[in-house]
Amino acid sequence: MSLITASNMSLSHGGKIVLSDVDLTIERGEIVTIVGPNGSGKSTLLRGLIGALRPSTGLVTRKKDLKIGYVPQKLEINAALPLTVRRFLDLPNRVTQADAIAALQTAGVADHADAQMANLSGGQFQRVLLARALLIKPDVLILDEATQGLDQPGSAAFYRQIEAVRQDLNCAVIMVSHDLHVVMAASDRVLCLNGHICCQGSPDIVASAPEYRALFGSGTQGALALYRHEHTHDHHDHSH
Amino acid sequence: MLDDFLVRAALAGLGVALATAPLGCFVVWRRMAYFGDATAHAALLGVALALALDGPVIVGVLAVALLIALAVSTFSGRGLAEDTLLGVLAHSMLAIGLLSVSLLSGVRVDLMAYLVGDILAVSKQDLALIWGGGFAVVALITWRWQALLTSTLSPDLAQASGINARREQLILTVALAIVVAVAIKVVGALLISALLIIPAAAARPLAKTPEAMAVIAALIGSVAAFGGLGVSFELDTQTGPTIITIAAAAFFATNVILRMFVRKT
Repeated sequence: MSLITASNMSLSHGGKIVLSDVDLTIERGEIVTIVGPNGSGKSTLLRGLIGALRPSTGLVTRKKDLKIGYVPQKLEINAALPLTVRRFLDLPNRVTQADAIAALQTAGVADHADAQMANLSGGQFQRVLLARALLIKPDVLILDEATQGLDQPGSAAFYRQIEAVRQDLNCAVIMVSHDLHVVMAASDRVLCLNGHICCQGSPDIVASAPEYRALFGSGTQGALALYRHEHTHDHHDHSH
Repeated sequence: MLDDFLVRAALAGLGVALATAPLGCFVVWRRMAYFGDATAHAALLGVALALALDGPVIVGVLAVALLIALAVSTFSGRGLAEDTLLGVLAHSMLAIGLLSVSLLSGVRVDLMAYLVGDILAVSKQDLALIWGGGFAVVALITWRWQALLTSTLSPDLAQASGINARREQLILTVALAIVVAVAIKVVGALLISALLIIPAAAARPLAKTPEAMAVIAALIGSVAAFGGLGVSFELDTQTGPTIITIAAAAFFATNVILRMFVRKT
């Protein structure tokens, strides 16, 4: 059966509908990437899928005992909360020392086990978040702009690791990304959002869809197109 | 042994210090200081109600504290300016509590005892309530520790792991109401949130993990309780404020003096 199914799901934030009429199924082993301009509801969709946001209409069903590895866009740790990297890996379920060390080695932060989370660099922090998400051997790995703070080689290595993880665990991967060229190369399915699902399908189908071109410009090579998003199409229920 | 009022006072102080330490850490980590204030100040209204209805004070305090804490917890995070809202609530609860106590004509109330506590007047029955309530709070927080910590870090992260972040917040809310009810006799409505926040904040520079911070906060709270009792006996000062003053001195020592020392070496 599908890991996560959303049918006719609408999500609102502060009384305003951010995302409407989402029909989506996530299957084991596929990499699904979500693209869309700022404010198009990408993070909101992820929050709806993990159950952090209850749909205002429609339904989300998750497979029973679904293990979700979630890497949030950012995690601000209150300065008053002392937390070592090793302790962080134990949340919410304790892991064995051997597993923890192996995970930190994979993440390239093996010698930072006793460091405070707040003292990590952006890239290290992001890799620790991923290491923690992978420790539970997730059925679904959910990444919200996980390459933020990583440089080019860093994010390339990050995506290679995701691909390896998918092979290893046969888990589904759902990610929000701004790196359009990476998206097109690494995904099985692309979901183009703008207050609703504009279009979805394999990368080449989406790339040639008029809705996608309206959002990202006709030359889909440059990620800059994303920020030059002009209002050339007429959707009714979203605002920027 | 319990017939000696000083022994009872010492045990009461110790019980409250142990119960407030782990909860106080969460109050600090989750920035709930005003929330604690509002709940503690509401206790005064509970005192007035209990006296008016001729019921046990602790029941009145527990009921009103629980009610206010639940109301705040429900309305928080709904887009209102939370800081302002809680500030308004905390101070109005104090004013309304004072007003309602003074409206109780015919009942002679030692208002000061409820405002800053009267640890020397703790009875055996009070002691049983303090340790019973304190034990319940520590047991509750220990049981939910991992889930509470995860949802404190990020509600979304918790939710992805199947933890209901709202429910964890509810657990803290209930724990807060119980702590207010058992601590009012010892430090009074005005200083309960001080006893929650100050030992935890004093423990912060000494701790590398959340657990260490809770344990050190409990130690600092206990030292402050015993020290406060001793000093107030010696100088004939009010015990509640003396306890808090010693805790504040510990905060100053770890956050200012210790840091200066560490930076130099």
